[in-house]
Order: sequence, then structure tokens, then C-alpha cells
Amino acid sequence: MKAPALRRLLVRRLLFGLLSLLVVSALLFFATNLLPGDVATALLGQQATPESLLRLRLELGLDQPAWLRYVHWFIRLLHGDFGTSLASGRSVVSELLPRLGNTLILAAVAGAIAVPLSVGLGLISAMREGGLVDRALSLLCVLTISTPEFLLGYVLIGAFAIELGWLPSLAVISPGMTLLERAAAITLPVCTLVLVVMAHMLRMTRASVLSVMAAPYVEMAYLKGLRRSTVILRHALPNSAAPIIAVVTLNLGYLVVGVVVVEVVFVYPGAGQLLVDAVAKRDLPLVQACGLIFAAIYIALNVTADMLALWASPRLRHETLRHET
Amino acid sequence: MKPRGMRTDTAGSPRRPWSLYIGAGGVILLVGSALLAPWIAPYAEGQFVGGVWDLPSAASWLGTDNDGRDMLTRVLFGTRTTVSIALLATVLALAVGIGFGVVAGAVGGWLDELLSRCVDILLAIPVLISALIVLSVLGTSTPVLIGTIGLLEATRVYVVARAVARSVNVQPFVQVARLRGEALPWIIGRELLPNAAGPLIAEGGLRFCFIFLFIASLSFLGLGIQPPTADLGSMVRENAQAINFGLMAPLYPAAAIALLTAGINLVVDWLLAAQSRPHGHGIEL
Repeated sequence: MKAPALRRLLVRRLLFGLLSLLVVSALLFFATNLLPGDVATALLGQQATPESLLRLRLELGLDQPAWLRYVHWFIRLLHGDFGTSLASGRSVVSELLPRLGNTLILAAVAGAIAVPLSVGLGLISAMREGGLVDRALSLLCVLTISTPEFLLGYVLIGAFAIELGWLPSLAVISPGMTLLERAAAITLPVCTLVLVVMAHMLRMTRASVLSVMAAPYVEMAYLKGLRRSTVILRHALPNSAAPIIAVVTLNLGYLVVGVVVVEVVFVYPGAGQLLVDAVAKRDLPLVQACGLIFAAIYIALNVTADMLALWASPRLRHETLRHET
Repeated sequence: MKPRGMRTDTAGSPRRPWSLYIGAGGVILLVGSALLAPWIAPYAEGQFVGGVWDLPSAASWLGTDNDGRDMLTRVLFGTRTTVSIALLATVLALAVGIGFGVVAGAVGGWLDELLSRCVDILLAIPVLISALIVLSVLGTSTPVLIGTIGLLEATRVYVVARAVARSVNVQPFVQVARLRGEALPWIIGRELLPNAAGPLIAEGGLRFCFIFLFIASLSFLGLGIQPPTADLGSMVRENAQAINFGLMAPLYPAAAIALLTAGINLVVDWLLAAQSRPHGHGIEL
């Protein structure tokens, strides 16, 4: 495999990511412009008179054709201008940025705990397949996969905040808080998120390691007299790295989105709750900005996942190249 | 020496673990009692029977909810609503996803390319985000909910169906059928679908779990099924404050959700294990 070929593959994947982002932005813009009744009517509500409606429509540029508004909107996006929130009158960026920061902190902490924990436990499960640890872990996984985020959240609140009184039940963040107070406030939401994403990653790690176990070279390694743990770590794990990397990044994407429900449970001031409120209030610029940001993070993680998988698996790289040429 | 973990019975029916019986039992019990809700529920769906968040008693076994309605009755009716809507959305997702996926996998070429690129784009947007946007545009009525979730989840089914169809498509017996001059519908109906049935049934079970949880989450966010219809997600939302008084109220509907999805997951697990281990599992000596 020559290096330029791999680079071309990676660049192509990156370009496809950018293209999807462009299409997503168009979908977002046109979908939110299909609203029955327009923004002006929604904004003014009961106080709408024909004159005030007309004035507001002109002010918002609603008299122009949709595609022209999209082009203008997109150019403003490139300059970092996401428009003005219809509900609060403040700029979307100033509403979104602090909230987004909070969400990313929550997701990052949860991810930093969940990834090593679940890959490690998944490997242990695969090594002791059918054993007590494996069965206990897979039962725990079934339980947490089947449990909606809000049940986990409320069970944790009930146990650790109400019964034991160790931690605050609501994750309220205020500017004057010390680092320790902040850490205490986000402990329960982080635990909830870790439990939610851990199961998928653990099961995927276990499944991809075990699926490689049926391959002839693993049989060969056994026949050579290697121990099961050596076979898994030296022969099976490197060959199942690609799906594991893929599922880890996918779940990080899920973290950033799944955080919406958790934020609502814990009344955490993050971008997810902002999005839910914006949808309820039909605050279009805010919905567009939140949607675009969430989609962008998700796409970025997906592209990273694909590129890492290509890098980690020579065979996949080879097959992709052959498939494309 | 008989290798550990190898099946003892004849091919085709793998050992049934206890988890399968627990899962299937839970699903049958919950769905059965939910379907029979109008006949076995102690009270009517919207009947007021006591105070706010009464503790469990002989009259109402799980206590009352935030409006003084019987919790057990509400959970039964709520399960009925949520399960029915999730089932309809799953059927839609499977029909659309398998239909397009199998055809794309069998035909290949530009059709496959076109469909797959469109699905790629849709997959690039998180389902929750797409659903929130569509629901904010079209409003939150039940048909919109079913249509939106069904079509969004169909993209996930498409990916699985296409992959399975492609892997069956290159098998020698399909190539023989092609060389024999069989038409595409015959190949899809008689060769691809029967051989892809196992993974697709498992996918259907998993998809139902996702959709069920998804609808419950949307309702929990206040953007799904609208009151006064009892449904599990909004019941959790309505009773959420009770947790601060150390009461179990929001946990009952949430537990019903968890019980049902756990049951289906256990059954699907068994299905998947039964398929993925036809040979080679006894290697460890």
C-alpha cells in the first residue's frame, strides 16, 4: 500500500463529511422554513395586525425567495453569525456558546470515564466468555441498554441525592461555584451518561473480539499452544480494532446528543435543554444553530471514526480502495 | 473430550438459556396485560381515585399519580399506547428499510449508489435532532410521530438490510439462480429474503426497542404523545417531582419501559447468538 493512496482515501472521506454538513445545513434551513404559518405570525401571536405582520416580515427578510435567504444565511454562518434568537432577542451565539461549553464538559468527562472502562470490561468479558464475570456484565448491559436515560437518572437521584443525601439532585451550575462544587453537581449526570453508553461499547468490544475468534488464524494460535488471554490480546484484538474504534466514536457522538434527555432530568444548563426549549418555542434561528452544531459534532466524530478505522485496518483500507477504483 | 460451550442438541435449535424464558415471559406478561388493559385495569383511564401521590394501598396497588389517578391503571393504559405506537412505527421502518435495502443490495449499480448516499446523509444527522426539527415543523400529532420515527429509523434498517442482502447476493446459490435466468423479484423473494430472515428478525426486535425508548424519550421531553392520553414517557415527566419527596411514582412507568425493552433484548440476544455460532465455537479446548 502506497502512502499517497491512503492519503487520497482520507481526504475523500473528509470531503464527504464536509459535503454532508452542507446538505444538513440546507435540509435544516428548508425544513424549518416549511413551518405552517410563518415566523412573523408565530412571533406576534395574538397581537398580530396586518400592518405589524408586514413590517416584521420585511424586517426578517421573509419577502425574499427561500433559496436566496438560504444563501444569505449560509454566508452569515461562515462569518460566525447565527442570527438573533426570536424568543430572547439576543444573538444566538451568545445564547449558545456558554450552554455548549457546559454540554461539552459533561460529555467529555463522561467519555473519558466510559471509553477505557467499557473497552477494558469488554476485553475481560471476551477472555472469560461464559464465565461468571462475563454473564454478570452482560446482564448489567442488557439492563442499562433497556433502561431509558431518565429512569437511570431518577434512580440515581433517588438513591444518592434523596436517600443518602451525598450529592445534589439538580445539576445547577452558577458562575461563583468552586471546581469541587461543580464536580459534585455534575457527578450524577456523568454517572448516568457513563451507564448509558458503556453497555454498547462493552458489548461491541466483546462481540468484535469474539467474532474474530472463529477465524482460522485464531485456531492456529490455539493449536500452537498459546493461552486464551494471549490469543485475544495479540491476535484477536488488533484485528477487531476497527469495529471497536468505530463504536467508540459513534458512542461519543451519542453522548453529545443523548445528553439532551440527561440535561432535562438534571436541569443542567446545556445546549440540549436549550434545543428542547427552542423547539417548544419555535425559535427558528436557535433550532437551526443547535441542530447544525449537534450535527457537525456528530459528523466530525463519524469522519474521525472512519479515518481511524482505515488507519487501523490495512485490509479494510485495501478493500475500500479496490471497491472505489 | 467435548469442548466447553458446544451445543449438545442437534443443529438448528441451540440451547435455550434461562434468560430467554425470563425475557419472553416478561414481554408476554407486559404486552398481554397492556392489551387487556380496558378489562383488567382496576379503574378507568382518567378516573380520579384519591389524593396526589397517595402511597400504595389495597385500593390502588401502586398508589396514585400527580392528579390522583390510579398508577397501576395508568401504567397499563400507558404501556398500551406506547407499545401500539412503537409497533406501528417499527412496521413502517421495517417495510421501508428492508424494501429499499434488499433491492439496493440485489441490484447494485447506480440505484444502490443513489439510495446509499441519501441514507448516508440522513445517517449523518442524529435521529433525535432530525425528529425534533420535523416535530417542531409539523407539530406533535400521533400520525406525524409514527411517520417521522418510522422513516428516520428506516435508514438504520436499510443499512442492515442492504449489507445482509449483499452478503447473500454473492453466495454461489444466488449466482446459480441468476445464471438459470430467474427474474429479480424471484431472487429477492426466494433466495435473498429467506436467507436474510434471521438477521432481519433480530434487527426488527432491536429496532422496536430503539423506537419504543425513543418515543418514551420524546414524550418525556414533552414533544411526543400529548396528554391526557396515558403514555409511559409523559407519565415519567408528570410524576418526576415526586422523586424529591422520596416517592416511587416516576419509577413505575419508567420500570415498565425498562422491563419491556430488557425482555425483548434478552430474546434478541438469544436469536443473535443462535445465528452467529453455527460453527467454530467449540475450538477452545
